[in-house]
Amino acid sequence: MAPPRVLVVDDEEDFLETLVNRLKRRGLPTQGALSGSRALEMLEAEGFDVVVLDVRMPGMDGLDVLKEIKDRWPFVEVILLTGHGSVESGIQGMRLGAFDYVMKPADLEDLMEKIQQAHERRSLRED
Amino acid sequence: MESRDYASLRNRIIGLTLGFSLIPLFSLGLTIYYQFHVSYTDKTLQSLRSLLENRRDAIDLFFDERISQISTVAYTHTLEQLRDEAYLERLFRLIQSRSKSFVDLGVIDEEGNHVAYVGPYQLKGVNYRNEEWFQAVMLRGVYISDVFMGFRRFPHFVIAVTRREPQRTWILRATIDTEIFEAMVKAAQVGRRGDAFVVNRQNMLQTTPRFGEFRLGEVVLPEFAAFPGTRLEPTVVDGRGVLVGSTWLRNKDWLLVVLENPEEELAPLLRARTVVLGVVLGGVLFIVLGTVFLAKGITDQLVRADREKAILDSNLVQSSKMAALGKLAAGIAHEVNNPLAVIKEKAGWIRDLLAEEDIASSRNFKEFEDAIKKIDYHVDRARKVTHRLLGFARRMEPVQEMVDVNRVLEETAGFLENEARFRNIQIQKELLDDLPVIRSDSSQLQQVFLNILENAIDAVQKDGTVKLRTTYSSRLREIAVSISDTGPGIPKAMLDRIFDPFFTTKPSGEGTGLGLSVSYSIVEKLGGRITVESEEGRGTTFTIHLPVQ
Repeated sequence: MAPPRVLVVDDEEDFLETLVNRLKRRGLPTQGALSGSRALEMLEAEGFDVVVLDVRMPGMDGLDVLKEIKDRWPFVEVILLTGHGSVESGIQGMRLGAFDYVMKPADLEDLMEKIQQAHERRSLRED
Repeated sequence: MESRDYASLRNRIIGLTLGFSLIPLFSLGLTIYYQFHVSYTDKTLQSLRSLLENRRDAIDLFFDERISQISTVAYTHTLEQLRDEAYLERLFRLIQSRSKSFVDLGVIDEEGNHVAYVGPYQLKGVNYRNEEWFQAVMLRGVYISDVFMGFRRFPHFVIAVTRREPQRTWILRATIDTEIFEAMVKAAQVGRRGDAFVVNRQNMLQTTPRFGEFRLGEVVLPEFAAFPGTRLEPTVVDGRGVLVGSTWLRNKDWLLVVLENPEEELAPLLRARTVVLGVVLGGVLFIVLGTVFLAKGITDQLVRADREKAILDSNLVQSSKMAALGKLAAGIAHEVNNPLAVIKEKAGWIRDLLAEEDIASSRNFKEFEDAIKKIDYHVDRARKVTHRLLGFARRMEPVQEMVDVNRVLEETAGFLENEARFRNIQIQKELLDDLPVIRSDSSQLQQVFLNILENAIDAVQKDGTVKLRTTYSSRLREIAVSISDTGPGIPKAMLDRIFDPFFTTKPSGEGTGLGLSVSYSIVEKLGGRITVESEEGRGTTFTIHLPVQ
């Protein structure tokens, strides 16, 4: 199975750049977007398998972006990055169709694993 | 808002209510009693008056009859006829057959000589010229004497009628039986202690009173002036209150006196007074009890309302404070989280790069790796703090969730550990390992623990111990969280007030006096209870009992 194409969405440039680099280094074709609207443009242009999405962003916040993505590309899997360790934002995200969520600061190994699982699910649903 | 003095409020309510209810009650009682008194006394006096006047009329009638009998005899016979004693005897018998009150009958000439006499005594030939009655009858024509002993040392009185003829004057005189006359007077003796008698103008007794020896002498009575009609007045005789009614006779200047014992006559009035008094006292008792009951109810209601209001207010304040604090905490946590995430990723990136061979073989590879580990470790440490903050910032609405009380207690104590360390207060924990999880509301519990812990630390002030214990009683199906301090303790007098809203021992401006009352109501809402034990000088232990479903 081909590795998933990943889009990371976060308004923190340093974080974004580093995470994209590390994922690429682990063999995932990854790109970054600094805002929700940019992310939607890139999805429109290129299409991705898995989106890693920060919940708290200026402008469009993560949940809005999530809704839009699920609306337009229902098979794209989304993993939320959240500082909210609380159950409800997770539940809310799950209800909106996110695959899972990871708490910031995230452990890269965890994130990798979840990206893989999301990709597998996506492949199953696509077929 | 100040703490109210509920006791004085209650007393004010009691006082006011009693005033407003007792004054009408007393006025009503007094009015009823007074009206009854007036009308009853009036009635009693009326009946005394009518008794008196009836007797007087009867006695006057008696006199009238005797006088007219004697007058008839005197004016229908000549002196010559009456001088004949045999005739006089027949006449006397005739009179006596109709009226027993005549004792004798005599004829006296103007010289005062008894010229004819019929009767039980030997009086013929007696001369009356110097007797008072003889002079009076010669003057007035009709005369009724006072009772006197006369020659026979026996009380009697005399009715005499003068017949004036052109040449001569003579007198027909009859002695009247005092027994019969007395019987008429005695008919006015009512009740067991009433008396009736007749006195003359000098207050000399003319009939035997019921009590005391009969003596023709003074009686202890007020001076009676000559007044017309009837007089009724209360007076005192022999140290006892007596109702005196007196009226003058028409035919003789005698006074008929009737004494009534007011206690006897007014007995119904006294009974009525007792009844009224009883009813009033009963009413007073009833009103007092009712008022006390009512006032207690009102103040209790007020205490409850105050407490609820306080709790509501403080909940509002508390929740808005908590919300603000939560926002702040969440904001900070997020703001810190982002740099942390960057640091973590950068460190991860460095670690990724370290995997490249040329660096791995460098001299300082070990140092790099150590530094990265340390950075990771400390980022994790910081992450724990931000996540604790985020956990604290969760919404403050009451929920039903499964709560690990030990964890909530630990977390809450965690907030105060710095403060405690700073004041050299040890927080000792003795938590039961397998404490059952309960269905409760962790954020509410957190608030309760925080309140009591803060109090404990404030009580110790410096250099002491705060001890946390959790226990489980399977018999009561409840867990108990006790928080003890080594502070100065709570005085006995204050122990039952510490849960009152607005009650605080802290200087004004520092304590709101709400912490414990709010905690109390929270724990009650959660189905538990708070108990407190305190020993002055030794410390205080608050225990929160929570039910296990």
